[in-house]
Amino acid sequence: MLSGVVVVSGKDSVQHQGVSLTVEGTVNLQLSAKSVGVFEAFYNSVKPIQIINSTIEMVKPGKFPSGRTEIPFEFPLHVKGNRVLYETYHGVFVNIQYTLRCDMRRSLLAKDLTKTCEFIVHSAPQKRKLTPSPVAFTVTPETLQNVKERALLPKFLIRGHLNSTNCVITQPLTGELVVESSEAAIKSIELQLVRVETCGCAEGYARDATEIQNIQIADGDVCRGLSVPIYMVFPRLFTCPTLETTNFKVEFEVNIVVLLHPEHLITENFPLKLCRM
Amino acid sequence: MFAASADPAALAATTDNSRKKRDRDDNSIVGSDFEPWASKRGEILARYTTTEKLSINLFMGSEKGKAGTAISAMSEKVRTRLEELDDFEEGSQKELLNLTQQDYVNRIEELNQSLKDAWASDQKVKALKIVIQCSKLLSDTSVIQFYPSKFVLITDILDTFGKLVYERIFSMCMDNHSILPDHFSPENVNDTAKETCLNWFFKIASIRELIPRFYVEASILKCNKFLSKTGISECLPRLTCMVRGIGDPLVSVYARAYLCRVGMEVAPHLKESLNKNFFDFLLTFKQIHGDTVQNQLVLQGVELPSYLPLYSPAMDWIFQCISYHAPEALLTEMMERCKKLANNALLLNSVMSAFRAEFIATRSMDFIGMIKECDESGFPKHLLFRSLGLNLALANPPESDRLQILNEAWKVITKLKNPQDYINCAEVWVEYTCKHFTKREVNTVLADIIKHMTPDRAFEDSYPQLQSIIKKVIAHFHDFSVLFSVEKFLPFLDMFQKESVRVEVCKCIMEVFIKHQQEPTKDPVILNALLHICKTMHDSVNALTLEDEKRMLAYLINGFIKMVSFGRDFEQQLSFYVEARSMFCNLEPVLVQLIHSVNRLAMETRKVMKGNHSRKTAAFVRACVAYCFITIPSLVGIFTRLNLYLHSGQVALANQCLSQEHGTLLFRDICRASAHNRQQWGSSADAFFKAAISLVPEVPKMINIDGKMRPSESFLLEFLCNFFSTLLIVPDHPEHGVLFLVRELLNVIQDYTWEDSSDEKIRIYTCVLHLLSAMSQETYLYHVDKVDSNDSLYGGDSKFLAENNKLCETVMAQILEHLKTLAKDEALKRQSSLGLSFFNSILAHGDLRSNRLNQLSVNLWHLAQRHGCADTRTMVKTLEYIKKRSKHPDMGHLTELALRLPLQTRT
Repeated sequence: MLSGVVVVSGKDSVQHQGVSLTVEGTVNLQLSAKSVGVFEAFYNSVKPIQIINSTIEMVKPGKFPSGRTEIPFEFPLHVKGNRVLYETYHGVFVNIQYTLRCDMRRSLLAKDLTKTCEFIVHSAPQKRKLTPSPVAFTVTPETLQNVKERALLPKFLIRGHLNSTNCVITQPLTGELVVESSEAAIKSIELQLVRVETCGCAEGYARDATEIQNIQIADGDVCRGLSVPIYMVFPRLFTCPTLETTNFKVEFEVNIVVLLHPEHLITENFPLKLCRM
Repeated sequence: MFAASADPAALAATTDNSRKKRDRDDNSIVGSDFEPWASKRGEILARYTTTEKLSINLFMGSEKGKAGTAISAMSEKVRTRLEELDDFEEGSQKELLNLTQQDYVNRIEELNQSLKDAWASDQKVKALKIVIQCSKLLSDTSVIQFYPSKFVLITDILDTFGKLVYERIFSMCMDNHSILPDHFSPENVNDTAKETCLNWFFKIASIRELIPRFYVEASILKCNKFLSKTGISECLPRLTCMVRGIGDPLVSVYARAYLCRVGMEVAPHLKESLNKNFFDFLLTFKQIHGDTVQNQLVLQGVELPSYLPLYSPAMDWIFQCISYHAPEALLTEMMERCKKLANNALLLNSVMSAFRAEFIATRSMDFIGMIKECDESGFPKHLLFRSLGLNLALANPPESDRLQILNEAWKVITKLKNPQDYINCAEVWVEYTCKHFTKREVNTVLADIIKHMTPDRAFEDSYPQLQSIIKKVIAHFHDFSVLFSVEKFLPFLDMFQKESVRVEVCKCIMEVFIKHQQEPTKDPVILNALLHICKTMHDSVNALTLEDEKRMLAYLINGFIKMVSFGRDFEQQLSFYVEARSMFCNLEPVLVQLIHSVNRLAMETRKVMKGNHSRKTAAFVRACVAYCFITIPSLVGIFTRLNLYLHSGQVALANQCLSQEHGTLLFRDICRASAHNRQQWGSSADAFFKAAISLVPEVPKMINIDGKMRPSESFLLEFLCNFFSTLLIVPDHPEHGVLFLVRELLNVIQDYTWEDSSDEKIRIYTCVLHLLSAMSQETYLYHVDKVDSNDSLYGGDSKFLAENNKLCETVMAQILEHLKTLAKDEALKRQSSLGLSFFNSILAHGDLRSNRLNQLSVNLWHLAQRHGCADTRTMVKTLEYIKKRSKHPDMGHLTELALRLPLQTRT
């Protein structure tokens, strides 16, 4: 239910042909520049998806008196068909936006008046309990993929765990990491929060990852065998609950990046599932 | 979005109630017995310095280049927001190289100022940026010797920032002009304030680098109070864990120190985090001796013994925070944990610096054992012994261990090669030695110090320490006979070869002597030593010495002189004064004191002899008198001389010293002429008075009193009045005729150039009249025992009286002359009051039966009233007095006088 007031104010009385309110919700999918060439073929398929589009008549044709008139309203949000009312989200390639438009129709001689404003949809916290899904990990030269010459790698053993990959968006990501041993000195250990947006499904898709936050959790050659806390607050502006639909997805991942001296970069990737509770 | 509405407060709500009660109980504020950070600050800055060049590298916008590819896909808006946090001034990267230490300090101060400016001009983001950039500097360990000082400087900025943020949010909480109480609870905080506070925390949580994120969050730890009751108690452990991510052990230990510092300030009751910091630190302790650190040291050319002490300030602070009011059990546990680690000298040192002195002192032997086991190449042992010594100076070890502790410790200390290390250690241990042992041990210690410090004149670099040693010794040995029987004490003093330092030391010793010496002494050891010390002080006086300094030295020397007494051995006493005079001739106050002492000695002798001098004592007092007579001329102060002449003259008179050849006698002659003829009519007292009289013309118009020029006349008047009283009883010299001294004095007064506008001369003449009147009495008002004054000398001889009258007339003529000159308009008032005072004098001293005098007084009465300047009330009172007097027998003539004195009525 959306509620509020429409305010009409004028010096003189206003003649009109009726005032109506329209609620519109759309998902805009956009392809990143680098994907455009490849997926140009089905460019048309990523047309905006309408979630909601309904109009109500507020005032019958008539006349507003001079001065200020306030018209309160309540607007039920009914989605189209089997669509879901997603949370408002402004990403790079995916945008979910809700707008409320107020139209005042007037006679042929005068222009119609329109006012638009965005409103934000926030899903109600889910009642169910979040089941923690801890993940333990061990990183050694052997566990790595994408290694050109494994023999050149210094020996190391890094262990750790994330307390849960199912995260409440308002709570930090936590865990622990222990450098059990490492021949090479450690330069830095960082947590990289990545957002993955996927557009299009049936015909093929465009998948784009964006780093939205990078947090250093260790600086320099940390003590061996001593656990270093993994702790990251989700940035308020750039995260939302994980979203998965037939046409698009917004997902999050965290990379644990270990930089060794002189130039080794080890990354361990963990998909996350964010929700609001 | 509306994220983060559920902060830790919600979660903690359930535990809130139980917590509240505990909080209240434990809300102990750190007491005054906790040494605050502020007092450590200066010490650290002074100790950890460098001559190497430093650099400040403020990476403004460093993220842009580095993370550029990764964030290329971000929307423009997003990117600017992120950059805002990292950029200082858009795109600028300041790198300041080759800064000297002072430049560096100045730059940091500038940053501190620009932080305040930015804040004041509402540029909060810029302020945050400055703080982030500054705390980044703490991850840089180049020029590692300077790191502790850098930490001090930068955490100052962080403190400023923390305060600014807190105050800002606090001020947002003011609703309807009501200020939040000091112990507010989060419920009283309005939503805007909470949201702002939360925003700060979110911003800080997104700082990329670990060290700045840690420091900035720690700096605003206190702000958690706005959000929830348990915020701080949740934050502290998390931040403590966060430090584990800092690889460099030095950087990490300072981070812990900062956290403890903030923690102690904001939530002193949260001890667990402090302890956790300590135990975490122990876990990482081995890193100090690890490869990464060693490589870095080689690279910077820093040796381990100079690297390890860099940890001390931070560790001392952490240890101090933990051990503050900590139960014994915790301290013991901490110590046990430290013991278990290898290379634990560094830990031991901090334990000793931070734990209660009593705790350490009772375990002294343990500590000595542990120190001995420490690796030679690590933390310097002399620092360890120094720390132990400091504890022992404060608290006492068990009685049975005391000697052994000293032996064990000194065995190590004496082996220290570097004189600086040695003296720093010895300085501390002297206190312990003095406190618990006798002069024998102290002597040994002093001897050892002399042995170490003499080669290559090592003492020259250690004057402050040596001075402090002397201070400690004299603080414990108040008995100077014991002190000076410490054989090595004077040789020790010889090490102070720089004059200014030597004088300082001498002053200290004398101060203690004056303070603690109760009984006068004649102990030759003390006298010799102190004379030597005083001589040293005296000899430091030169043309450039300040007045204050001279006064101070004189005070100290006088203090000594006053405490010397040979009891009944007066001759010895006098020869001491003779010696003292030759030693301290440059300090006038000392000479004055000596003259007073000698005068006192003479009077003392008189008292012992009950006024009847024997031949021997007569010679002795004459020697005393001669001493004064030849000492006084060497003084500068004119009134000092005058008064001393008078004073000594009185003493001479009291001792019947009336037979000196004037002025030309020297002391040695007097000593030889032990049995001088006392019957001779020349008098030694005369000599003083004559000298005083001949000095009067030299009195300048103005004299300097306490740095101000003042007219001298009032002082002269005072002196002369005093002098007149004495002159009454001085017998005339047979060769010089009647009232020789008075005449001479009158001549001098006559010739003295008086101030035109003053009547002092007349006042003096009035006093002379009083004197002459007293002299004409049959029996004088007072006498000196065994001295025949003029009354018995002349026995009221008419010739004497005539002479006296003649003098009176001359003087009165002078007065009247003067009164005439005052008959001018501006002087009428003076004329009136002088006239009245003259009238009063005549009334009191004159014989009004004489017609002339009677007439004169009537004239004066009229003069006083003539111009209406007289005070009627005084006149009335005077008249009443006369009438009252007239009722006395023999005073009948006053009735008649009273009738001739009309009272003027004012119209």
